[in-house]
Amino acid sequence: MTPASTLAHILLVDDDEDFLYQHRIQLEHAGYRVTTATSRAEAEALADEAAPDLAILDLMMEQHDDGFVLSHHLRKKMPGLPVILVTAVTAETGISFTPTSGAERAWVGADAFLAKPIRFEQLRREVERLLQGRHKGQGARG
Amino acid sequence: MDTLKVLVVDDETGMRLAVARVLNTYTARPDETDEHAVGFSVETAESGEAALEMMAASVPDILLLDMKLPGMSGLDVLREIRERRHETLTVMITAYATLETAIEATKRGAHDFLPKPFTPEDLRVAIRRVVRHLAVQREARRLAEEKRQVRFQFISVLGHELKAPLAAVEGYLQILKDGSAGSDPAVVARVIDRALVRTEGMRKLIVDLLNMTRIESGQKRRELASADLRDAASAAIETVSAAAAARGITIRLEAPERAPIVADRGELDIILNNLVSNAVKYNRDQGRVAVTIDRTDTCWRLSVADTGIGLAPGDAQRLFQDFVRIKNEQTRTIPGTGLGLSIVKKLALLYGGDVSVEGEPGAGSTFTVTLKG
Repeated sequence: MTPASTLAHILLVDDDEDFLYQHRIQLEHAGYRVTTATSRAEAEALADEAAPDLAILDLMMEQHDDGFVLSHHLRKKMPGLPVILVTAVTAETGISFTPTSGAERAWVGADAFLAKPIRFEQLRREVERLLQGRHKGQGARG
Repeated sequence: MDTLKVLVVDDETGMRLAVARVLNTYTARPDETDEHAVGFSVETAESGEAALEMMAASVPDILLLDMKLPGMSGLDVLREIRERRHETLTVMITAYATLETAIEATKRGAHDFLPKPFTPEDLRVAIRRVVRHLAVQREARRLAEEKRQVRFQFISVLGHELKAPLAAVEGYLQILKDGSAGSDPAVVARVIDRALVRTEGMRKLIVDLLNMTRIESGQKRRELASADLRDAASAAIETVSAAAAARGITIRLEAPERAPIVADRGELDIILNNLVSNAVKYNRDQGRVAVTIDRTDTCWRLSVADTGIGLAPGDAQRLFQDFVRIKNEQTRTIPGTGLGLSIVKKLALLYGGDVSVEGEPGAGSTFTVTLKG
């Protein structure tokens, strides 16, 4: 089956070079167009032009809350943009930064939270689900 | 202010009342300051049996125990306390302290003696000694707990640091297995290269870890012999020369002809390799590294200056802690274990020296190690 989201454009942001490269390869192989950024600043700079259909953001980049803030900003700029936030229990603190309360989730505006290490199949299912939901809401994309 | 519970066991009513009156109004300052001042709340018992009954409900911090009691003797009470493993500090009150009874009481866990008759001041002095002992004991316990926590934290961070490269390598193997790398040889080559880079990083982490364990456990014997810092520096420079040349970085060594020191050569190599390889890793292309060895009155001073990314003011102290790496756009792609500088510091301390760093963002850093010898 060819998903409705073929050639959909994904913005992938993470400061881990390997995570970025691996997921770019796999997402491209699965039929998506991928733009990557390694920091919140870089992602915000290229977001307008890239006009992604979906964003996958790592929670922790230079600052502990970069992913949260980036998600919040992207959603303000592009309402309805599906956001997947990837979180890891941080090595430095041993604390998971997944937002727990409804208010926190609403502020961050992410549609899905995945904990690292993530299985690609799981990521792909989330991507497909969110893109399909979006297309139903907005009409198919050319 | 903390309050310590005192139980006075004496069959003489007058004695019990007198002790209670003195201690209820006494504030002990074990270190002459108000910060650790303690007050006392006093309870009394007229016999050993009554005291043990009270202790079954609540154990006092300090027990003032008369040696000669009707019924159970003071020594009997001591034995019983020991069997019950009550944690209390006992001061024996003795009218006739013979050497034998004193030895016997000490064997059974008495902490101190207060000979009868005693003045209120004698009592306060004895109590103050006990309070000081309790403070030291508490501090020792706190330090032991802190050490346990630090160790726990270290192991937890280490687990994550070992998992990260493993996850990356697994990811790459997965890509090769499921064919998503496609048939582009450049992609396949990069996948394999990155997997190798991450296994190499993991190997370095394990080497650093073993070095660190060796330093901290003190188990492996250090081989102290006459060594030369200039030789060690030259060897470290030689080790990184290819990597430096590839990026147009020049390294200069300024040192006296001979820089003799009694040291474990392996440890000198670890210090110098870490500093010199950092100076190249965190440098800019076409940058410079200056390794300088000179002497103060008591120490060798070893400094490694680079023209690289430098560091922010707040980072200088953190840099020498375990697993601390400064996270920013410039360091993102530079591999490192986060243990190198903490190992350098531990080694410098072993040589009665220390390590420090000066630098500014973008204007390079200078690391200076002192080594006694």
